[in-house]
Amino acid sequence: MRISRAKFQSFWMLLSLLLLFVVFLGHPAIASSQQRDTKEELLALPGELGRSGGRLVVALRGEPKTLNPLIAADSRSREVIAVMQADLVHINRATQLTEPALAKSWKISPDGLQYTLVLRQGIKFSDGQPLGADDVIFTFQVYLDENVHAPQRDLLIVGGKPITVRKVDGQTVVFQLAKTYGVGERLFDGLAILPKHLLEKPYQEGKLAQIGTLETAAKQWAGLGPFRMKEYVAGQRLILERNPYYWKADTQGNRLPYLDELVFLFVPNADAQVLKFESGESDVISQLGAENFSVLSRQQKGYVMTDAGPGLEYNFLFFNLNAPGEKASSEMRRKQEWFREVKFRQAVSNAVDREAIVRLAYQGRGTAIWGLVAPGNRRWGNEKLAHPARSLDRARALLREAGFSWSNGPDGESTLQDAQGKPVEFSILTSSSNADRAKMAALIQDDLKQLGMRVQVVPLEFRSLLDRVTQSKEYDACVMGIASFDADPNSDINVWLSSGGTHLWNPSQAYPATPWEAEIDRLIEEQMSARTFEQRKKLYDRAQEILSEKQPMIFLASPDILAGAKNSVGNFHPAVLEPYVLWNVEQLYRKSATENGTR
Amino acid sequence: MKNWHAFTRWLIALGVLHGIVLCAGFFAPYGPSEQDRKSPYLPPMRVHFVDGQGHFHLRPFVYSFRLRDGSFDQYEEDAAKPDPLRFFVSGWRYRLFGLLPSGLHLFGAETTRVYLLGSDGYGRDQFSRLLFGGQVSLLAGFLGTGFALVAGLSIGAVAGYYGGWRDDVLMRVAELFLALPWLYLLFALRAFLPLAVGPLQAFFLIIAVIGAVGWARPARLVRAVVLSAKERDFVRAARGFGATDIYLLRRHVLPETSSVLLTQAAILIPQYVMAEMTLSFLGLGVPEPVPSWGNLLSNLQQYSVLVSYWWMYLPALAIVPFFLGYLGLASSLQERGEAYKIERRGLGRLT
Repeated sequence: MRISRAKFQSFWMLLSLLLLFVVFLGHPAIASSQQRDTKEELLALPGELGRSGGRLVVALRGEPKTLNPLIAADSRSREVIAVMQADLVHINRATQLTEPALAKSWKISPDGLQYTLVLRQGIKFSDGQPLGADDVIFTFQVYLDENVHAPQRDLLIVGGKPITVRKVDGQTVVFQLAKTYGVGERLFDGLAILPKHLLEKPYQEGKLAQIGTLETAAKQWAGLGPFRMKEYVAGQRLILERNPYYWKADTQGNRLPYLDELVFLFVPNADAQVLKFESGESDVISQLGAENFSVLSRQQKGYVMTDAGPGLEYNFLFFNLNAPGEKASSEMRRKQEWFREVKFRQAVSNAVDREAIVRLAYQGRGTAIWGLVAPGNRRWGNEKLAHPARSLDRARALLREAGFSWSNGPDGESTLQDAQGKPVEFSILTSSSNADRAKMAALIQDDLKQLGMRVQVVPLEFRSLLDRVTQSKEYDACVMGIASFDADPNSDINVWLSSGGTHLWNPSQAYPATPWEAEIDRLIEEQMSARTFEQRKKLYDRAQEILSEKQPMIFLASPDILAGAKNSVGNFHPAVLEPYVLWNVEQLYRKSATENGTR
Repeated sequence: MKNWHAFTRWLIALGVLHGIVLCAGFFAPYGPSEQDRKSPYLPPMRVHFVDGQGHFHLRPFVYSFRLRDGSFDQYEEDAAKPDPLRFFVSGWRYRLFGLLPSGLHLFGAETTRVYLLGSDGYGRDQFSRLLFGGQVSLLAGFLGTGFALVAGLSIGAVAGYYGGWRDDVLMRVAELFLALPWLYLLFALRAFLPLAVGPLQAFFLIIAVIGAVGWARPARLVRAVVLSAKERDFVRAARGFGATDIYLLRRHVLPETSSVLLTQAAILIPQYVMAEMTLSFLGLGVPEPVPSWGNLLSNLQQYSVLVSYWWMYLPALAIVPFFLGYLGLASSLQERGEAYKIERRGLGRLT
């Protein structure tokens, strides 16, 4: 047995030697092929020049589940995939506008139905294979294949029909839409272009979902992003290395990225993230809560903390407005009758002290909001939207109009009761892992007590909270937050549309339950095919007005984007869009030790 | 004789401590869930007797606090505004012992709110919350202990007195209960209950769980005492005269267990107070805004609170005199009833 193993080993040794030999022989051939397409069209990025080399360590809240963009659903996976993949057209996280990426240019036909994209020439995947129109055609074929169940598919259905893709020549592809699409070329942002040469076989075998795991991605996958897979240690870290074929350069023509390595450490929670950063084990930190931000700001040990201003996260309170099921208890039906009363919701909105929420939950690092478009979204907010100050008198008047009254208890506390004389009592769900939202719920609880409502706050683990809201629909009210991934309001389309899965107060309706929801549906559908920004803005403004009048969601506050980095990290410019810090990862660099000392 | 003194000393000390908590409404200047949204995380105020000019004042005073510019939680004393403390002031309405409506408070200040132990993230007075939280936590300890002892006494007496298969079954069940991972049991139990559990329901749930899990240890102790007591000569004699089982148990056997039970009570109360604190700390106890010692401390689960606001630890210190009192009481009880060995292993199992 032992002898045969030794034989076996020597056989492999021989084989690998042979292979090496072949590689050496083959090398001149590779070199000549590189010479053939010398006109590699690199994208020159403006900005501060950096120094090559070094590594950057980022602490990630938990382990990413996959590196396969076709099945990635969790934010950690997407965060890592974002630095390993690239898209045709990219939204600049700082300017919130589109920029050429893998497509060096694009043209939209006058009728708005045809997008012609021209690819950059001579660029390569992280395994050195060239990118061509065939890869793009393949990519969209995969995304649109119903059997793949890619999350990207929904984005590529326009006017009820999937987008069709056609190859014109090796560098040019044409996208044909069934209907004009207001979002325009923003559509392409975040859609990673897949390597046909590696994925065609697994695709035909129907095995796409099984590949690209953390263990196997190094061999099975190649991307066009600034970094590629190097090493994965389960439960500890993921090490990415510089993609030597990356297609961006700085103004001096140095190929990006500057960093040699990007390391993701896996830590269990936000506090552990802060501790890693504080102890110097990680170099940058984002998605910070205001409390931790002020702790770090106070200490200031060789790092710089930045408040990038209001972001795209909006937090809100909503009531259960689902049609009561057959099993619904009479108590539930009674409660829903209150919730369905517009004046009841308006009264709650009037009673909520948003200013206190911003101050106590976000330590002042946030903004009170009255509408769905978060303040970080500079172009789309409706300035005319009313921002009524908190008024308990107005809230009481509204409740009285809606048939509610007050009864006085023995100790002088008054209890709100409905027309049937039943006391108004309900519970608010919050995610137990989000301290900010728990705080908001506690403040709302106290605000509503002053109206005589008895409110319980119920912290639930996020997964079961989501189940209650979207599946079993057994809840009264809930405080939640959504962070839009893009500044275009269409990224929240599923919140707006009554058929959307995140139309939280009554998700996935077959028909709009109320006339005003039907009206919002109509406005949103209409802006989808509107072509100018002004037209779309007008329609969105109207939809925002309806929402703020009917108050299905009572908007509370939007937190600032808070981030930090070691002083030695150059080009650190956190954006209010995801990924807050790593959006310009190819330009991040480590300042040299001497430079570091002078600062 | 000496032991008797120790016993009364501990008893008086505990009496005073519990009296303060019982009359929380009077000693606490504000309501436990009253928010003062202008002053979150205010540090404890110092009570002064000497002012900035070095003059001594007979009436103590505090300085009001002022938020530092551009800051959320950094305060400084405003030496220009001394605010004398007033005693026996009227203010927030409460019910003494849950019955007598009153508005009288031991102290208060004229213009500012007094925060002896600082305020929490909602600007609620930690001192008031500590006192009211004590009501919840201590009551949970008392009721849980009462429940466990009553159940333990009856089950232990049956097992010890009748013996045989009853003894076997009951003691095996007791061992089963001792081995139960009760924290997970509570998690599981909570999952079956309706979503919104009111403070009162949550409170009784805690007591039920504590008592249901806690009866096994006293039951075993009682059984041991009963086993030896029922063989005593005077018990046999009474039986010879035709006394019934019930009479024997009531008159001769169970009184023998009183010393064990008292000591057990002194040990179990702090242990169950601690259990309540653990559950509330983990968010399984009484829900906000009702305070309990456990959920006062649960703020400390956040790293930022841990490193920024030292006075949030104070509730943990406040329980020290209580526990000390109970342990002192237990040991003096133990010395008093020398005849019985007291199983003190239970103390080490605080969770």
